[in-house]
Amino acid sequence: MKRVYVNEKWCLGCHLCEYNCAFANSGESDMVRALRKKKIVPNIRVEEDGEINFAVSCRHCSEPICVKSCISGALTKTDGMISIDHDKCVGCLTCVLVCPYGCVRESENGAVQKCELCLNNTVGEPACVKGCPNRAIIFEDRG
Amino acid sequence: MKNYVIIGNGAAAVGVIEGIRSLDRDGKITVVSRENRHVYCRPLISYLLEGKTDENLMLYRPEDFYERNGVKVIYGKSAESLDPKSKKVILGNGEALDYDEICIAAGSSPFVPPIEGLESVKKRHSFMTLDDAEALAADLTPDSEVLIIGAGLIGLKCAEGILGRCKKITVCDLAPRVLSSILDSDCAAIMQKRLEQMGIEFLLGDTVSRFEGEKAIMQSGAAVGFDVLVTAVGVRANTSLVKSAGGETGRGISVDTRMRTTLPSVYAAGDCTESLDITSGVKKVMAIMPLAYIQGRCAGINMAGGDEELNNSFPMNSIGFNGLHCMSAGSYDGDCWEQKTERGIKRLYTKDNLLKGFIIIGDIDRAGIYTSLIRNKTPLDSVDFELLKKSPSLAPFGKAFRDEKLGGVI
Repeated sequence: MKRVYVNEKWCLGCHLCEYNCAFANSGESDMVRALRKKKIVPNIRVEEDGEINFAVSCRHCSEPICVKSCISGALTKTDGMISIDHDKCVGCLTCVLVCPYGCVRESENGAVQKCELCLNNTVGEPACVKGCPNRAIIFEDRG
Repeated sequence: MKNYVIIGNGAAAVGVIEGIRSLDRDGKITVVSRENRHVYCRPLISYLLEGKTDENLMLYRPEDFYERNGVKVIYGKSAESLDPKSKKVILGNGEALDYDEICIAAGSSPFVPPIEGLESVKKRHSFMTLDDAEALAADLTPDSEVLIIGAGLIGLKCAEGILGRCKKITVCDLAPRVLSSILDSDCAAIMQKRLEQMGIEFLLGDTVSRFEGEKAIMQSGAAVGFDVLVTAVGVRANTSLVKSAGGETGRGISVDTRMRTTLPSVYAAGDCTESLDITSGVKKVMAIMPLAYIQGRCAGINMAGGDEELNNSFPMNSIGFNGLHCMSAGSYDGDCWEQKTERGIKRLYTKDNLLKGFIIIGDIDRAGIYTSLIRNKTPLDSVDFELLKKSPSLAPFGKAFRDEKLGGVI
């Protein structure tokens, strides 16, 4: 199963992955129109630890506690990917309460949002990885 | 081929089914369901009345769930007695089911307080099941004045759900604050204010002493007029099946870390059980849906011959009203660190180098990072807790943690 991994020694802390993620999931075809003057709510977030930067997104855990804890049956895991059904989700945020990585968040539409590896939007492959200028985020199978 | 029986058809039962099927594709599984319904999400009944979901969307698993898992469901029946010696369970119609392994996932029942004149109230409801929600909705009109007894999770979600369907809602509770089982008085005051802004009225530290038709006479002497009554004072675990068969029960059915009761081949999971809260060291009923599923899954794996242990449970809740979210977890024991924010408050409770519990209102982003500290009993001196306190993130866990969690398969 391919997942998104971070190589923190290469991360420049440029936050481009956050913008690419927000754009990929905006439903817009123009990046400027999608993001201009908007507070972006990306599914990947760059953190800092002193000199080090690293990007954090859903780990698509083998034993996903968000899926097990979901009270509406909206979070499911299929073919190794955890996805959210926005129609079923009522926004109770129990998944936010249990995710150890802080990778599920409130969205504007009342449901939660999370990384779906860009398989449920028009990009079709992780936009964060595609747009990373220093290959600090990679999409590969590590077993 | 093993013969599995599950009593109950909620989240815990689904956990049992999925747990069994993770190891045993062939065993026979029979579910005994009191309700005449496909498994649905009980906590969503308030969202249903609010119009945020519908009966189809609120199914906990897809319509073909039982078929796909080879499960036979006996609808509209409950289990009356259990004979662990002959491994039989007797249903209400006298039918006997044999089993090799059984899991009691019978949930809980609303407790209806004995109040003088209660039987004279024509429109009175509990708020647990989809049937309850439909019956309540049928009694509501735009002119309805609703009295809800109980300002806990169920009573308040009910109030939010029906706010747009009636004229007035009054909530009373013997406790002096709302959400008294999960919040202290300061935090409760913040949530109460939000609920009052929504138009819900409160009578706290007061409850009904008697009913006179459509008038409730309170202990304080106040009289509250209403035409629809909802009782939401609490629930009681359905323990009788195990208790009458000689199994150990307290407030709930006693289970060990493998979800075994004290009866051979009898497991239990979900709201009908009591188990160890790791944050207080006390055995208690933790009637929350995530735990019901997780316990059920643990039971199912063990029933199918696996070896699964659950030893990191504690109470937790996420509840929101009109966009203001409140999260709580664990025990409010030890030193309290507090941060006031624009929208609310954060309180973290630490003791013996561990995070024991928290309450967060408002800024709940990434709260699960705190929950994981409790779940994993992470020694606080192994992380930069000063940094974590202010804002939950992964940086304070250090490089080795990141290499494992962000660089490996977890």
